[in-house]
Amino acid sequence: MTDDYNFAYLDEETKRMIRRAILKGVAIPGYQVPFASREMPMPYGWGTGGVQVTAACLTPEDRLKVIDQGADDTTNAVSIRKFFHRTAGVDTTEATAEATIIQTRHRIPETPLAEGQILVFQVPIPEPLRFLEPRETETRKMHELEEYGLMHVKLYEDIARHGRIATAYAYPVLVEDRYVMDPSPIPKFDNPKLDDNPAILLFGAGREQRIYALPPYTKVVSLDFEDHPFEPSKADHDCDLCGASDTYLDEVITDDRGGRMFVCSDTDHCRTRRAAGHAGRLGAVA
Amino acid sequence: MYVAVKGGERAIDAAHDWLAEERRGDPAVPELSVAQIREQMALAVNRVMAEGSLYDRDLAALAIKQARGDLIEAIFLIRAYRTTLPRFGGSRPVDTGAMDCIRRISATFKDAPGGQVLGPTFDYTHRLLDFALAAEGEARPDDVPPAEAAPGPRPEPAPVPHILDFLGQDGLIQAEAPGEDDPRDLTREPLELPADRALRLQSLTRGDEGFVLGLAYSTQRGYARNHAFVGELRIGTCAVELDIPELGFAVEIGEVELTECETVNQFKGSKTEPPQFTRGYGLTFGQTERKAISMALVDRALRWKELGEDFAGAPAQDEEFVLSHADNIQATGFLEHIKLPHYVDFQSEMELVRKIRAAADRARAGLGEAAE
Repeated sequence: MTDDYNFAYLDEETKRMIRRAILKGVAIPGYQVPFASREMPMPYGWGTGGVQVTAACLTPEDRLKVIDQGADDTTNAVSIRKFFHRTAGVDTTEATAEATIIQTRHRIPETPLAEGQILVFQVPIPEPLRFLEPRETETRKMHELEEYGLMHVKLYEDIARHGRIATAYAYPVLVEDRYVMDPSPIPKFDNPKLDDNPAILLFGAGREQRIYALPPYTKVVSLDFEDHPFEPSKADHDCDLCGASDTYLDEVITDDRGGRMFVCSDTDHCRTRRAAGHAGRLGAVA
Repeated sequence: MYVAVKGGERAIDAAHDWLAEERRGDPAVPELSVAQIREQMALAVNRVMAEGSLYDRDLAALAIKQARGDLIEAIFLIRAYRTTLPRFGGSRPVDTGAMDCIRRISATFKDAPGGQVLGPTFDYTHRLLDFALAAEGEARPDDVPPAEAAPGPRPEPAPVPHILDFLGQDGLIQAEAPGEDDPRDLTREPLELPADRALRLQSLTRGDEGFVLGLAYSTQRGYARNHAFVGELRIGTCAVELDIPELGFAVEIGEVELTECETVNQFKGSKTEPPQFTRGYGLTFGQTERKAISMALVDRALRWKELGEDFAGAPAQDEEFVLSHADNIQATGFLEHIKLPHYVDFQSEMELVRKIRAAADRARAGLGEAAE
């Protein structure tokens, strides 16, 4: 820990401002709260929103886990974990169950979260309506008036054109029957985990200056139609390392002749299973 | 096998080591000092100060050195540092009318009180590579003989009134409404739209030079054309004063070099405004006149609503478009983040495409059978 910077890098005034935004977000689930995002020592797009939310929530007693694409050792997860280890001196862990705060990019861990845990999502574009209407002034109005027809038309057009809803990640959800929310670019496989989750789920978008939240046990429904119900999907395989059939998988190209292997994207979950003696097609017990 | 998710930490450390080596370049070539960059790459330093929103030549020079000359990276280093600095207070508005000018030109009047001062400008240089510089000798502009005698001490600056004020005396140019006493601070509050002019100018002055230049150029080419002349362009130093509550008066705490541009724009009048000239305004740190002129043109284009003009649908008139995309640190971050791992999203897309393809293949096969 370096003495040049405040605990967890941000000054206390800034953390207070962010905490206020978080509290407002928790009070109005799914509503995007504007906040005065600061320039961080990593680029916009690298998780500055998530980093600010994490910094505002961290206490010296916390145990932090950072994942990117489900994995603890992807480059950017390593980098963010190092950042907090250096500026806050907190303990870090790779075990989902041991962490009090988990910052994530693009995944929700496979191990179910518990009460008392905080999951912080990094969000690139917080506005679920952005690609239907580029103007913030318009989309804010649409949220105010609960005018979500455009979104349903888009989903309907997908079905008319492709026979299914052609959104595979950042699949929009309706929060407590009120706000349509972007769950960040998690695969839609993870969407059901948002509903009724005992942990606090916080979303930070640094460049776009927005924070939003799902307090514990919030009702979160993925948008769909009666005759085209939402279906979470994953690769039609089992994990080649741990044999799990119920986890989200990464596809890895293993040779230049079409060889593939499928492995859990959640590295902690996969390692824990292998340690417990589970083995997949390639039989690698940890 | 399966290196994709292993070794991230070692890879990062190795990459940083390599970067440090590349930054230094050939060790047989002497290392650049921060002072050399500050003095000899002054315009790069100015740009980093302007877009980094921090007036400190040494830090800007250091950032340029650390960023290997990548100015946007240097601006980023400055911004990240700036955001950690405590705020002691806000200065009084600087009085650019009292500027000690090194350059002051008007394109609208041949002469005016205070005179035309060309100053250190590239404007009339012939853009011929000067190979004497490559030989590391001192170069001189070709047509100008060396000065006979060293210039004496500079005389006390004479007052240099703003040229547009002369038009104002005749009521020929639209008067500016006094702004709020305490403008909102773009770096401390989230940007909410619509923004007022003070906020727009804040955004433009720290906006990317290339982006603002491109927008300004587009107005000249007809996308919300506003017939701009440079009424006045001035570069020089201004005193910065801070009110000290314990003293009850303002104290000069330093000076900054600024570039100020006021454009005079033709205006035939609108439903709400009489025919008169209108203004665009640009103010930037350091000698950054391309940026200041660009800023003034875009400022003028963004003022269509208050002047009762029509929205021509041009990008430079569109406040939300301009303000949302002017910041190069935001832009470069979001643009470059697509090189970060996206395995999970891409995987979900692959499954989707495979499913849609399989459905399409089945449909085609079905059609084929039906045709037989």
